[in-house]
Amino acid sequence: MKYATQRVAYVYFVGAMALFIVQVLVGTIAGTVYVLPNFLSELLPFNILRMIHTNALIVWLLMGFFGSAYYLIPEEAERDIHSPLLAYIQFWLFLFGGLAAVVGYTMGIHEGREFLEQPLWVKAAIVVVALMFLYNISMTVLKGRRTAVTSVLLLGLWGIAIFFLFAFYNPSNLAVDKLYWWWVVHLWVEGVWELVMGAILAFLMIKLTGADREVVDKWLYAIAGLALFTGLLGTGHHYYWIGAPAYWQWVGSIFSTLEVAPFFAMVLFTFTMVWKGQRDHPNTAALLWSLGCTVFAFFGAGVWGFMHTLAPVNYYSHGTQITAAHGHLAFFGAYVMVNLAMITYAMPHLRMRDPYNQILNMWSFWIMTSAMAFMTFTLTFAGVVQVHLQRVLGSTYMEVQEQLAFFYWMRLGAGIVVVISALLFVWAQLGPARVERPARATLTQPAE
Amino acid sequence: MAERFTTSAARNIFYGGSAFFFIAFAALTVHSHFYMRNTSTDEAGLSESVVRGKHVWERHSCINCHTILGEGAYFAPELGNVWVRYGGDKDPEGARAALTAWMNSQPSGIEGRRQMPQFHLSEQDVNDLIDFLAWTSRINTQQWPPNTAG
Repeated sequence: MKYATQRVAYVYFVGAMALFIVQVLVGTIAGTVYVLPNFLSELLPFNILRMIHTNALIVWLLMGFFGSAYYLIPEEAERDIHSPLLAYIQFWLFLFGGLAAVVGYTMGIHEGREFLEQPLWVKAAIVVVALMFLYNISMTVLKGRRTAVTSVLLLGLWGIAIFFLFAFYNPSNLAVDKLYWWWVVHLWVEGVWELVMGAILAFLMIKLTGADREVVDKWLYAIAGLALFTGLLGTGHHYYWIGAPAYWQWVGSIFSTLEVAPFFAMVLFTFTMVWKGQRDHPNTAALLWSLGCTVFAFFGAGVWGFMHTLAPVNYYSHGTQITAAHGHLAFFGAYVMVNLAMITYAMPHLRMRDPYNQILNMWSFWIMTSAMAFMTFTLTFAGVVQVHLQRVLGSTYMEVQEQLAFFYWMRLGAGIVVVISALLFVWAQLGPARVERPARATLTQPAE
Repeated sequence: MAERFTTSAARNIFYGGSAFFFIAFAALTVHSHFYMRNTSTDEAGLSESVVRGKHVWERHSCINCHTILGEGAYFAPELGNVWVRYGGDKDPEGARAALTAWMNSQPSGIEGRRQMPQFHLSEQDVNDLIDFLAWTSRINTQQWPPNTAG
């Protein structure tokens, strides 16, 4: 940690990990309802559980992005954060808004568009939080050194705030409502979030592999360019069946197929940087999460996304467990893992210790990624069966769901393992520190 | 190659290309907006009860179990075509009565079957909601879903 104000990232990372646990715990409860449908059905119906599961995910990922920005921008801009006090106020306001929304959901206080269920005042608070954040980091960047990492990161974060404004527009025509709803949802996760992800990975590569900044900058602009060139018109794959013109079937199919490109470029980028890298960084767990992130993002967002993105395929698969499978692995691979990579890298610096509990952290990596892969496979198989029975043969929805119980049991098992691995991760970050350096790092670096 | 593809070239391609694709996307969105309002949806039939029905739909977060036009939670049946599935296009009164009876009888309490909560909707809420679902079933969705099962 080179700048004292980087310390504000600590609360963001702790808050993010706490909500991560909430997210996966509630996910497991929702997975239980799939196999034991009467469980909690009066007390906390499935729709409430799912709102908490998805909203907790979004809030903690954003919290992780905020923390990552506060951690890396001082090192990139070579100056302290403009106002650490504002950053702390922003954190507590955001945490309060997020918790208030979740508590409100359990009492039936919510709006009703998917992922945008927050009551109006919480949405307004999110805008205030975003403005405080953007003001703070923009001032820091403007007064300091400009780098490709900060430029792309800032563009991504400004984009998040700007596209969120569409959450306030809810036309009474359902088709028009959906048209602009995707301006928040798609342009976030298949647009500007990828810029944030690319910038964080570029920062991690510079730090972990000692890669040449000139080379990293070129890669980052290329990845960010591929993300937006494909991702903007790729929104068309959500416009096939909602009342939009038929040309979206061509536009969406072509451009969303190309959306695989930025994720593949991220795999090439990170592996090339490690291959060419000049530095043997002792935090091998952070490197493992970074490389794993690009691989899982490529499979989850790229391969699993492509699997059902062509309009003739999507005609049958749209809105089935295939979508659920893709959603789970894409969010995990791209955005959960990039956050866990950044937390793994930054925590030892924030706690002013050596890289610690690395072995436990790497156990958590392998258990979590295996369980998420297994969960994705079970949902994919469930989806294939569902598509055939329901969309091809025309069996009714509920009849088909009964046929899928076996897959849902396996999904629940995978979910429980994810919860365990998430707890291992948090313990590896916050538990008592052990000094665990790889043997070669101990040999090549002077004793401290 | 590597010499000519400088960082500033990469940056300019990124900003220029992104601006181009954003404008293209925004233009197609505007076109789609008017297509939806004039061609693919029954804008004239968007009555006050349909609008109220959409709010009933949202107030109870129906989308976090059901899907509508394929978007939602995959835990309960697709409702974009539920009006057609209940025969509303041929016998509107019969479909309305059947949907009303269905919602009033929830939760079923049947062991091992997914439970829909009792939302205690007023008679007007139920009718508005059904108007909204009937209106939705008339959106031109390029023949999606493939069959009435949804």
